[in-house]
Amino acid sequence: MLSANQSLTGPRAKPRKSGFMSYKTQKRLVPLLYVAPAVFLFALLMLFPMLTVLRYSLMDGAIMKKDAIFVGLLNYITLFNDPVFWQSVVQTLYFTVMSVIFHLLIGLAFALLLNSNRINPVIRSLLRVLYILPWLFTAVIIAIIWRLLLDPNGVINSILMALHIVDYKVEWFSSTKTALHALTFANIWAGYPLYMVSLLAGLQGIPKDLYEAAGIDGAGEFQKFRYITIPQLKPIMVSIALLDFIWTMQVFPLVWMTTGGGPIYATEVLSTYTYKLAFSSYEFSQASASAIFILIMSMSVTYFYIKHQKAR
Amino acid sequence: MNIKRKLATMTSAAVLALYASGALAADTTIEFIQWWEPEMPANALRGIMDDFEAANPGIKVNLVSGPYSATHDQIVVGAASGTLSDVVGLDGAWVNGLAKQGAIASMDSLMTDANYDQSQIADIVKVDGQSVMFPLASFVYPVFVNLDMAKANGVDTMPATRTEFMDAAKKMTHADKNEYGWVLPLSLQNPGGIQNDVMSWVWASGASMLKDGQPDLENAAVVGTLDYIKSLQDAGVISPGIFAKKEQDKVEEFVNGRVGMMVDSLAHINLIRERNPTLNFGISALPAVDGYDGKRGLPYASWGIGISNSSEHKAEAWKLVSYLMSPEVNGKLVSIANAFPGNVNAKPDFTKSDPLFAEAFKIYQSGKLANEFVGLPVAEDLMRALNVEVQKMFDGQQTSAEAAAAAQKAWLAAFAK
Repeated sequence: MLSANQSLTGPRAKPRKSGFMSYKTQKRLVPLLYVAPAVFLFALLMLFPMLTVLRYSLMDGAIMKKDAIFVGLLNYITLFNDPVFWQSVVQTLYFTVMSVIFHLLIGLAFALLLNSNRINPVIRSLLRVLYILPWLFTAVIIAIIWRLLLDPNGVINSILMALHIVDYKVEWFSSTKTALHALTFANIWAGYPLYMVSLLAGLQGIPKDLYEAAGIDGAGEFQKFRYITIPQLKPIMVSIALLDFIWTMQVFPLVWMTTGGGPIYATEVLSTYTYKLAFSSYEFSQASASAIFILIMSMSVTYFYIKHQKAR
Repeated sequence: MNIKRKLATMTSAAVLALYASGALAADTTIEFIQWWEPEMPANALRGIMDDFEAANPGIKVNLVSGPYSATHDQIVVGAASGTLSDVVGLDGAWVNGLAKQGAIASMDSLMTDANYDQSQIADIVKVDGQSVMFPLASFVYPVFVNLDMAKANGVDTMPATRTEFMDAAKKMTHADKNEYGWVLPLSLQNPGGIQNDVMSWVWASGASMLKDGQPDLENAAVVGTLDYIKSLQDAGVISPGIFAKKEQDKVEEFVNGRVGMMVDSLAHINLIRERNPTLNFGISALPAVDGYDGKRGLPYASWGIGISNSSEHKAEAWKLVSYLMSPEVNGKLVSIANAFPGNVNAKPDFTKSDPLFAEAFKIYQSGKLANEFVGLPVAEDLMRALNVEVQKMFDGQQTSAEAAAAAQKAWLAAFAK
């Protein structure tokens, strides 16, 4: 019999040393080497630009001046003293919150409709194609579609006037009273399919037994929806809503192509405000400060998203 | 074996010699960024570059082309990163910022070295006394009139004064039929409407928005123009949706016969003909204030050209600039682009062009080019600031004088930077 500390090959071999690094160190390095390409790419494509923008935001006349100097938080102070900036913050939040709420409601409603057995399968397939259409269009196409539809001489006004809902040509994108709502509406239309598809997948994953058991217990349709469907879909809803919040807060092409932030400042959002600072006023330092502000807002939501993911 | 080895050695030597000679005579490639190529007929600009390459052996031109706005963004980024193309297509609205940034070079020394006759250039754009841009081709903005619509509404002559324009616009307006006298695009996405459709009225009457190179927006001519435009809105003759309307919407409404008159670039004549071959339209100079008999300012947009300060091939770049500005090439280029020449000696051939170009050329020769935004600092920003104030005025939030005063304040701040 061999004792516990004896090996079949004799005394235990000392850890091998290859070059200047011990085997143990090499072994420890292996996982790091696996993640190294990702870390390198992250540093190059994400961290470096972010740090550059942060540096610019602390300088006076970054990019435009060869002798740009460090000015601390001056650009942030200038930004915070601009009433248009705060107007754009409020409008960004309105645009984002309304978009997320209605994306969720419409997405859920259509997902329930497409999941229902009461609809003819052929019609259901047709609706599925029809409802997902907005997702297939690029922001530019969506902007053109809605500009045409909401033109004072467009289809929407014609319908509303024919139905005697309005008796004049509403200038949807051209009036300070309606422009932000019209823009939000266009964004809601463009974004609900993501929710619809995700929630439909979630609905199809809910075990039928739960509904059968609830039915035996005497639960009605609303109670089944309230106590089974919603809790089962909640993780998906929270995840998409948080992601949508981050994405919508940064929407630029749709706003730019429809209103350009106008009329006056009625649809100015943080993305258009920042773009104008950079590419119209050539105030890259202030634009960087504004971009950092957007980053912080997005990161605060990202914190909740990560927390939610961990909790799952 | 020996022979084979010798042959191999000789072949190698020959290859090396060929390679070396090729390397010595290697072409210099210069980059030329502009937004013109997509706006010209296919291969037209490339053809001119091929002619240049044939006339200047050893220089190759790489065209970097894209739409206007994308080119603008690319130039801003290139200027910031020091990677701007050797030759740069410029808009008058960008030139000041790029020059102050040190991104575009002064062409004064290049002109002196080449003993270049500056008098042949129609207009040299200078920033801080340095020549930084030549307008290569100018696109004049006259008033386009839908002649059938005018005739049907009893407008028999082209409006020459503001009063005549107002009368004509009123006659052509039938809101119930979606027909309006005039169209005004004031979208903030591209605030060019302020330059082409608003301030052009000031320049047409020989007035100015500047005094000694500084903003002078509160003068009677500017405030009077704002009043006049507001009176057009109050009269209901402007097509609705002003604040979200862009230049392409303006042209579209004119093409579709929904508006009787518009201020627009001559460059759009072919587009209008293509979109609606049956549209019967004419052009005239922008109306002036009643009683004005001086030379009319003609608003224009130009394809400007300059040289990057970071270019390592400034001599070659200058060769290309001077080639494009030469009377023959300039005349050929503007004939293709339906523009007016940057070289005063160029003779554009409009015989193959639309008859309206010949008519426009007469207007051009009887007036003077006027665009005071060319060369101003952050010109696009200035237009946007004035645009916002004009929108507030239209929205009833302020008077024309208040709009002018607010814009003046914003402009002074921008000039002071």
